[in-house]
Amino acid sequence: MAELELKNLYDDFRDGKTLQAYAKIIAEDAAKLDRTINIMEVCGGHTHSIMKYGIPQLMPENINFIHGPGCPVCIMPKERIDHAYVLAQQPDVILVTLGDMIKVPGSNGSLQDARAKGADVRFVYSPMECLKIAEENPDKKVIFFAIGFETTIPMTAVLLDQVIKQGIDNILFHINHVTVPEVMVELIDSRDEHVDSYNNQIDAFLGPSHVSVIAGSKIYEKFPKEYGRPVVVSGFEPVDVMEGISMIVKQFVENRCELEVQYKRVVTREGNLNAQRLIDTYFDKVDLFRWRGLGNVPKSGLKLKEAYAKYDAEVLYKEVLPLAEIEDHKLCICGDILRGMAKPPECTIFGTACKPTTPIGSCMVSSEGACAAYYKYGNLITS
Amino acid sequence: MNKTITIAHGNGGEENNELITSIFYKHFKNDILSKSEDAAVLGVPHDSIVMTTDSFTVSPLFFPGGDIGKLAVCGTCNDIAMMGAQPKYLTCSVIIEEGFSTRELEKIVRSMKKELELNNAMIVSGDTKVVPKGSVDKLFINTTGIGEIMQPGISAHNLKEGMRVIVSRDIGRHGAAIFAAREGITLESSLETDCASLYPQVKALIDVGVKIVAMRDATRGGVAAVLNEWAKTSEVCIEIEEEKIPVSEEVRGICEMLGFEAVNLANEGTFVLAILPEDEHKAIEVLQQFNTDATAIGTVTHQHDGKVILNSSWGTKRFLDLPTGELLPRIC
Repeated sequence: MAELELKNLYDDFRDGKTLQAYAKIIAEDAAKLDRTINIMEVCGGHTHSIMKYGIPQLMPENINFIHGPGCPVCIMPKERIDHAYVLAQQPDVILVTLGDMIKVPGSNGSLQDARAKGADVRFVYSPMECLKIAEENPDKKVIFFAIGFETTIPMTAVLLDQVIKQGIDNILFHINHVTVPEVMVELIDSRDEHVDSYNNQIDAFLGPSHVSVIAGSKIYEKFPKEYGRPVVVSGFEPVDVMEGISMIVKQFVENRCELEVQYKRVVTREGNLNAQRLIDTYFDKVDLFRWRGLGNVPKSGLKLKEAYAKYDAEVLYKEVLPLAEIEDHKLCICGDILRGMAKPPECTIFGTACKPTTPIGSCMVSSEGACAAYYKYGNLITS
Repeated sequence: MNKTITIAHGNGGEENNELITSIFYKHFKNDILSKSEDAAVLGVPHDSIVMTTDSFTVSPLFFPGGDIGKLAVCGTCNDIAMMGAQPKYLTCSVIIEEGFSTRELEKIVRSMKKELELNNAMIVSGDTKVVPKGSVDKLFINTTGIGEIMQPGISAHNLKEGMRVIVSRDIGRHGAAIFAAREGITLESSLETDCASLYPQVKALIDVGVKIVAMRDATRGGVAAVLNEWAKTSEVCIEIEEEKIPVSEEVRGICEMLGFEAVNLANEGTFVLAILPEDEHKAIEVLQQFNTDATAIGTVTHQHDGKVILNSSWGTKRFLDLPTGELLPRIC
């Protein structure tokens, strides 16, 4: 048997001819529709793929993308970044987090700024690296600033599991995990009376495959059933995305409203039950988690269960952590952009006061946000 | 000589002399350096010299395919070669952290010597400082170099519509190798840095009569940075055929895992060349004698002046922008 190499996992899924073939199918089907279909790709990873591979350029005029809130860095409200900043400056603390997070400015600066001022801030590829850092620095407290959706929650849970089993006493957690289905509900049916979610323009969702690898496709069942929005769970390579879009368009042509899985090679209805069990062991849902650009979203965030409070940096450092919520600039329209009611260039501060180097709203914060993508690739999309 | 470098080795006295003679003079020996004057006296024609400087702070100091010493000579000599000049004289300033191993220092100096020979260049002046532990990360090297121009007029300002853009080999190796070494990613195949002296390739191009319009080694910021700088400086658009960009399987694999793009990764022995279309065949023929991956990747146009455009094989376009900030892995 021929050996499987890494390139087998992406080469075929980026094939130009296949992409063009899907573009043709989508165009033919879309021509049968007498309306525009707005598809929200929920996940920032999808936004990134769609922009990187120029997928909007392959779409007919009546297929439109709305870029969703699925970027864990973008949606982190400033007060929680301030938590990280304050924790990093506590004596004998090593603050550890994932990638992009260290770039995002809070009200006093970013974690990069804290590092430049002498704080020990590190980024890791895997939370498990905290074990090594803690072992090498027995006199320090390692605080893992945990971020991410369903995809990264199990890694935090495994780390905590190891910390408990190995009796490690110098690793703490600051939990900022959020979940996808709850924010999708918020976008189309907000409980907040001040939010104009009735006018949202989202017709269908492209669901991220990696979330469903963990949580299963079952988490989206209510969207076609209760909210009348088709969902297709799709992979991230361009051929996956194109196939996912063609499946959505087909549903509209055939007047169906269903949950379908494009990424059948890994996603099941139930997902990874071991990972789900581990998450349930250590985490509870918070009543409200505040999303940058969207505000308070019920049951959309996680916290450590009370039984594990001794590992919770948010509990242990309560005295020094700032409490006040910090609003984004009044002119920022990220909430409307995320509901598909406005495009980035309609914002008065887009590209002027708000740029990738000095982001004001959540959609400009990381390369996966809608505004950042428009800023970077914008001219070619509109021309 | 002690096994480790101490503060005393930077004292300007006996130990300092011992360090200089037993390591630096020993390997860099030449008539100009041996005179040990306050400054080197050089014989170069005053109207055709180029000069450049660079500091080297790489971590780890030793990596697959090279070390900081090789890098310090290649880096400066390559900047000279990229101006169509032959590297001739270099200075070498070293800042050493107290406690650094003497053996490792000598290993580094030896690889500098080897690289100098490839460039037909010599160290004519130097300086050594030893600083307390924690003041530098083991060892920093600065080299400044002077070269003699062989082909004048090479400049980032000269790109015109219709010119062709060539890369000298597959891209991103140095950045990928350093990331892999730093993060402890072990690969089945051995990925090495591309770190190499480029003067021999430049000389070969000039010898066969290729008229070089612009030339730059794609160091920090990678090929993307070079192309963007050219597009801005020459007020032209550079259109790149994405699938033509040569990237090795190992580099692609690392990019996939960590969420990088090969065009943004650093190179230390790869350069980008802009030439007239009639020179394309000749230039590629010469470059392929050094590396078979040398190839044309794009053309200068006026579609979006000041910008670099990547054309995909399925008919879409996107801007290739400069990377901003620290290179960080994406999360999702």
